[in-house]
Amino acid sequence: MHPVRKKRLFVIMIIAIILSTAIGLVMYALQQNINLFYSPSQIALGEAPRNASIRAGGMVVKDSVKRHSENLSVSFDVTDFQHKVTINYRGILPDLFREGQGVVAQGKLNDEGVFEASQVLAKHDEKYMPPEVTEALKNANGIVKKRP
Amino acid sequence: MNWTWFHKLGSPKWFFLWSKSYALPLFFLGSVALVVGLIWGLAFTPADYLQGNSFRIIYIHVPVAILAQSCYLGLGFSGLIFLIWQMKIAPIFIQSIAPIGAVMALIALVSGAVWGKPTWGTWWVWDARLTSVLVLFLLYMGIIGLKNALDDVALANKSVAVIGAVGLINLPIIKYSVIWWNTLHQGATFTLTEKPAMAAEMWIPLLISVIGMYCLVASLVLWRMQSIILEREHRSNWVKQEVMNNGF
Repeated sequence: MHPVRKKRLFVIMIIAIILSTAIGLVMYALQQNINLFYSPSQIALGEAPRNASIRAGGMVVKDSVKRHSENLSVSFDVTDFQHKVTINYRGILPDLFREGQGVVAQGKLNDEGVFEASQVLAKHDEKYMPPEVTEALKNANGIVKKRP
Repeated sequence: MNWTWFHKLGSPKWFFLWSKSYALPLFFLGSVALVVGLIWGLAFTPADYLQGNSFRIIYIHVPVAILAQSCYLGLGFSGLIFLIWQMKIAPIFIQSIAPIGAVMALIALVSGAVWGKPTWGTWWVWDARLTSVLVLFLLYMGIIGLKNALDDVALANKSVAVIGAVGLINLPIIKYSVIWWNTLHQGATFTLTEKPAMAAEMWIPLLISVIGMYCLVASLVLWRMQSIILEREHRSNWVKQEVMNNGF
């Protein structure tokens, strides 16, 4: 390669390395702010601030959804399979809200460690399946479970 | 190593004559693949077990999102090439691809919002993936704006190349945002190392649409580059010859 070009390439590589280190450090420092939500473990370990508007996210625990019989109040537990947090919410849940699915809730953590949500968003995973396949999978699981 | 092809590529004349015959076939191939992939995906593929029919927006969202990033990859690297080798063709490529990449990023953002409303329950959320794609769109807009704002062509080419190259840092951030941070956007369905987390009857039309979108964008970029070359070199003999022979 031509020496001038070699020099330019060298200078650009140095700039690129410095720049990516700088951006890497900035993002490392801002990690907590870039994370969209706190996980139940972070809340359980006291990393999430109390009585401040934050987001909490995790999987909705099976059979934990309790709906109020007269109004739209609902409470459910979310988990990251290590810790659990109870979320209270009053309003309409998104269509994709299911037990066993991910959610992200915006709200405040009260003094009892219960999360009072003002908005609940559904988080869906990266898996896509036609309904027949799901049925087939469910049936297969059922058969497996029935065996002694 | 023989670098002749690389230096040849830098000459607008050589590039024009070489690329002349590729644009139209690529355009037809891309259009056919896109029509087949979209009709298959939008009308014949089974609905998702959880999201129902709204998942079909991936047949638009995923191809344009991939292209928005691929276009930037090309743009950023030709910025680098221009800064190091001063190839004449590189700024022409940047100028041609920037608006197309911007449109792709915009469609990705809008279709993602339309998808987000029924699936997540919100149009927009400031999570790392969505924000980094918005930054990608703004980078494209900045590049287009800067190119048009500066009258000095040499200065404009150089500044645009610098911004393009620096902006490359955003691409790994987009790609890994869903891994490094907690985001509302789901992780990648397709990886090079694992089986796709999607049924074959769903991903085959998606793959066809992605390939179609690549061909379509390639043909549009080639056409834009060719017309910019003709405009820039309109005084040279080979352009006159070309116009005389083919009557553009």
